[in-house]
Amino acid sequence: MQSSLDGNAIAAALFDVFGTEMTAALGTCGGCGWSGALAEVAVYLLRPGVVARCPQCDQLLMVIVDRRGTACIELAGFASLEEPGDGS
Amino acid sequence: MVVSRFHSRGVPADPDRVPPGQYVTSGFPVLSAGPTPHTPLDTWTFDVRGAVRRPVAWTWQDFRALPRETVTVDIHCVTTWSKLDTTWAGVSLDTLLEAAGPSGGFVLAFSDGGYTTNLPLADLTGGRAWIVDEYEGQPLEPEHGGPARLLVPHLYFWKSAKWVRGLDVRDHDAPGFWESYGYHNYGDPWREQRYEGD
Repeated sequence: MQSSLDGNAIAAALFDVFGTEMTAALGTCGGCGWSGALAEVAVYLLRPGVVARCPQCDQLLMVIVDRRGTACIELAGFASLEEPGDGS
Repeated sequence: MVVSRFHSRGVPADPDRVPPGQYVTSGFPVLSAGPTPHTPLDTWTFDVRGAVRRPVAWTWQDFRALPRETVTVDIHCVTTWSKLDTTWAGVSLDTLLEAAGPSGGFVLAFSDGGYTTNLPLADLTGGRAWIVDEYEGQPLEPEHGGPARLLVPHLYFWKSAKWVRGLDVRDHDAPGFWESYGYHNYGDPWREQRYEGD
């Protein structure tokens, strides 16, 4: 039975895309308003792509697709996403 | 510590049966974009709707009473594994579509959990596609798409939507879930149509 991982499982992929460590970034779900670190999201790692969902309501938060060696990321499920250190 | 893999890349590929860029596995990797739904059979329906003469919804009991076929086919996943001689049982989409009388040329298959995938209607007819509820003689397990999934073995396996609940027949094509993120709109494994533009 497949179960989800957490956001730590995609730490390297997030670093590749954002150029900084992102598991401590604070995200807010655009569906239910859940707010927490990217490390806490539910991740479905097996391909074709990587899917991250809200741990509270299952809304699709983020999709990472590798297209011919280029990582493409869709973040439309977040109401907001603050990089670590923002606002400090 | 013992680390084991559930599939092997060691089986030589037959180029007449295995598309380019694929390797043969004896396992059955589980690929999914979300949590595994567990829809009770007494609330399960399969709908054919949209651009049809008669929208039809089958209950599980209705569906199981339809004429059934058993097929043995090779399947090919865009993640590069292929699995040969897989045996499935279910209902031909010729049977289901004939009951509804489609007038549009495209289909968006939709599933529990919100997954969708798009296909030309022509690829679902002519004995090339099924709604299957058995795999290797056993009820289809939820992690592999049970109670029922689409089976379109001539296209990459993301087109064979797990947990399928119906077909929305359309006059115009529209991308499904993975297609909207850059995967190929059609997905022919023999032409290696993995990504948009292939």
